[in-house]
Amino acid sequence: MKKIRISIIGFGAVGQGVAKVIKEKREYLKKKNNFDLSVVAISDSKGSYIDEEGVDLKYALDRKKEIGTVASIKYSGYSGLEVIKKIDHEIVVEVTPTNIDNGEPGLTHMLTAFENSRHVVTSNKGPIALYYKELCNCANKNKVEFRYEATVGGAMPIINLAKEVLAGNEILSIDGILNGTCNYILTRMEKEGYSYEQALSEAKEIGIAEADPSYDVDGIDTACKLVILANSIFNKNATFKEVEVTGITKITPEALELASKNDHVIKLIGEVRKNVLCVAPRLIPKNHTLAVGGTLNVAFIQTDLAGQITVTGKGAGSIETASAILSDIICISKNLNSN
Amino acid sequence: MRVSMDLELKDIPGQLILAIQPISEFKGNIVSVIHHREKKTPRGTVPVQIVFEIDSANLEKLNKKLKENGIIIARVGEERLIEKGSVVLIGHIIHSDIRDLIDKIDSTGFAEVVDLDLAMPEIDKYSSAYMVIKATGKQELIKAISILRKVAKEKKILVIEPIAEIEEEEL
Repeated sequence: MKKIRISIIGFGAVGQGVAKVIKEKREYLKKKNNFDLSVVAISDSKGSYIDEEGVDLKYALDRKKEIGTVASIKYSGYSGLEVIKKIDHEIVVEVTPTNIDNGEPGLTHMLTAFENSRHVVTSNKGPIALYYKELCNCANKNKVEFRYEATVGGAMPIINLAKEVLAGNEILSIDGILNGTCNYILTRMEKEGYSYEQALSEAKEIGIAEADPSYDVDGIDTACKLVILANSIFNKNATFKEVEVTGITKITPEALELASKNDHVIKLIGEVRKNVLCVAPRLIPKNHTLAVGGTLNVAFIQTDLAGQITVTGKGAGSIETASAILSDIICISKNLNSN
Repeated sequence: MRVSMDLELKDIPGQLILAIQPISEFKGNIVSVIHHREKKTPRGTVPVQIVFEIDSANLEKLNKKLKENGIIIARVGEERLIEKGSVVLIGHIIHSDIRDLIDKIDSTGFAEVVDLDLAMPEIDKYSSAYMVIKATGKQELIKAISILRKVAKEKKILVIEPIAEIEEEEL
């Protein structure tokens, strides 16, 4: 049985989710696909846990929970970057936090992985929203795969759906709710008549919004995801700075009420089509497939052959995001297995 | 603009083509043709209802051509405002003079504000409005909303637009 060796670079919520799903699915995948996913290194900001025979995932998860790091278990001196360079393995799972100013440290991690002939699977939006072409060129040059389904829509399939399942179609447009925090806030304002501030503080209380929510509510997160869709599906070479962005901070409960009276809802929509790259609150008919509530994400895809397709699902959460990462890992592993 | 015409044709072969040909000649786009063979007029002519879209500048020329072809025009009805769109506005709507904004749309000649539902919660808080605009065609509606967008931006009013439809020719 072929052993697929993996490193997890970044061990926050998503990294831990990846460790959990690999731990749970390992035996199932062995039987089903005839390959064995073996995590050989886990790195967090303090150091790394390395075992070339395969790390003990349960021990790593417990350790992280207890003392906040996996460093000091074994060979803790290595940084994530050193793991990528020096430890022999096939797939780098890059799940460090998104940085939209310069994409680091994810950008260097990914480029280094490619240069060392390692495939990359990531949920990290920053590097792709800023340096998509550079990353793809580098992956191509080194003949390795670069997969990033988890960057947009969490568990909701969209990138691989549009690129692989709908192959042969021309994708004419994608409109989507790509940020669960904004959807939650607008849904609560609509249903409960809350002001924006009230809905935001409720979202913070239950852990849906960050202490500094501007990345979500100003539409920046949606814009990054839109750029990833534009580049990967529409072959553009856009960066998130080119997106016309309006957030949701100005929305009033009265606006939602007036819309509702006229059978509409207001949602923060990312829209990509020929010559359009725009994030703004939009009016959506209540019976439209885009009108989903709560923290759900949704994408409405218009194609030339398949017509209209809508996908919806959980846009965030550690296990949900790990699900998208796992599917990318499996796809690469299958290709490795057949070569 | 969209026009609906009631015509009367002589009950001899080749008449319908004489009615339809000029419409295409003047770049009209026929939406529907209903040929009422069973409902002959007392004059012995056959009524035909035709609905088509045409540039208003060509309508007069079309009328003339139809008459030359011996066709009786019993009625011309113009369906002016056929496209409807809604937007939501948020900001200091009244104090930034919404009348001026409405005038800018109404004065285009191809679009009008036909409904406005306003909510003003407190004096120094933002007002919200649901505005319905009608226009003479799809392109005109898009144009009207873009005028609205521009004027609203000057007045620092947020415009929430409907999601874009895919035009049929793109499919």
